Amino acid sequence: MKFIDEYQNSELAKKLAQRIAGHSVRSIRLMEFCGGHTHAIMRYGIRQLLPETIEMKSGPGCPVCVTAIGDLDKAIALAHSPKVIITTFGDMMRVPGSYSSLQQAKAEGANIRVVYSTMDALEMAKASPNKSVIFIGIGFETTAPTIAASIVKAEKERIGNFYVLSFLKLTPPVMKALLGLGEIKLDGIIGPGHVCVITGSHPYGFIPEKYGVAYVISGFEPLDILLSVDKLVQQIETGSPKVEIAYRRGVKPEGNRKALELMQQVFEIDGADWRGIGIVPQSGLKINKEYQHFDANNAFSGLLRSARNDKPAKEPKGCRCGDVVRGAATPLECKLFGKACTPEKPIGPCMVSSEGACAAYYQYGASYE
Amino acid sequence: MCLAVPVKVVSIEGDEAETEIGGVRRRVSVALTPEVKAGDYVLLHTGYAIGVVDEVEAKETLKLFEEIIKLSEVH
Repeated sequence: MKFIDEYQNSELAKKLAQRIAGHSVRSIRLMEFCGGHTHAIMRYGIRQLLPETIEMKSGPGCPVCVTAIGDLDKAIALAHSPKVIITTFGDMMRVPGSYSSLQQAKAEGANIRVVYSTMDALEMAKASPNKSVIFIGIGFETTAPTIAASIVKAEKERIGNFYVLSFLKLTPPVMKALLGLGEIKLDGIIGPGHVCVITGSHPYGFIPEKYGVAYVISGFEPLDILLSVDKLVQQIETGSPKVEIAYRRGVKPEGNRKALELMQQVFEIDGADWRGIGIVPQSGLKINKEYQHFDANNAFSGLLRSARNDKPAKEPKGCRCGDVVRGAATPLECKLFGKACTPEKPIGPCMVSSEGACAAYYQYGASYE
Repeated sequence: MCLAVPVKVVSIEGDEAETEIGGVRRRVSVALTPEVKAGDYVLLHTGYAIGVVDEVEAKETLKLFEEIIKLSEVH
């Protein structure tokens, strides 16, 4: 058992889809929160397997896509400082900021390295004691504990030249913001499986309780997703929305206690700026006082302030990524999609990120149409 | 970003582990999963094991698929 192939059986998938069609009566709208689910759904043609009663919307679960352009500008501003090495996950490199991108800054001579893990950034800091190594901390609850662990390790090993520029975000507050906005009516949400490995299922109870919306936490293989849709349809048809885990091999109701402890040790909750949504209260993680010597916002505050004053943030003209992350528009409704904006020459982050809805539509679009 | 893949833990040394997937070996941090044992599968995300795969639940889910299918064939 490898925990992958077993959940990809196409015969079982077809039968599960038939079962869903058999008991889906009402016309319903579901949102897959996570960009990883969007890609799996498109890649495996799951939308085509589902009956016409089920409409699927993509959500804001793509950390690169929801990073505010002003925050990206900050990272680019820091990159131009001669004593700095910027370390980042690869997806961020090509996202256009207001005036430049990390990739462009690198071409202009900035010292920017793509890393696979915060551990690589720590190693780089050890190897370059005369430079400040800044990690661009994007991600949700899945990634936050790994960044917390790296900060605790840096403290323990007294690595004084390692910093994190935290744009970390929390998923329950943004779900609340979207449901509260009421811009699109949802009947159910496919919950982000790997976020919930950390958080558990408890923080999402308000979704059925307050908004009457069904919530099923899903794995990422095609059978996982179909099982989750099946459970959502059942909840909706019987009028009994609740939080359910359909990814039990990974998610426990209480989550990962050690990871949650580490997050609490290093971070405090703060407002965060989401592209397309704006400031969402209590939806971000910033480094707390005890660990503030690792906070790039503190250590480079002067540099960040002057960069913002010189060049205010501005969104790319015509880009609807902000609408796409709210589920208010599909990529196909953006005039730039596939014409001015392609994966080779992206205008917005939804076309860059491997989790972006635009990238998924572009890559698998033919099968969707 | 939230991508995580199941990899098999071969051996553990402090808060690091040697893991294997499809013949490829990789050293990962198990700082977030202190309960992990050699032989377990963990979900690997950006160099960290973020959770131990529950084998019993994994099999239960596979059984559930079969049951669902059987049920729908009866009707």
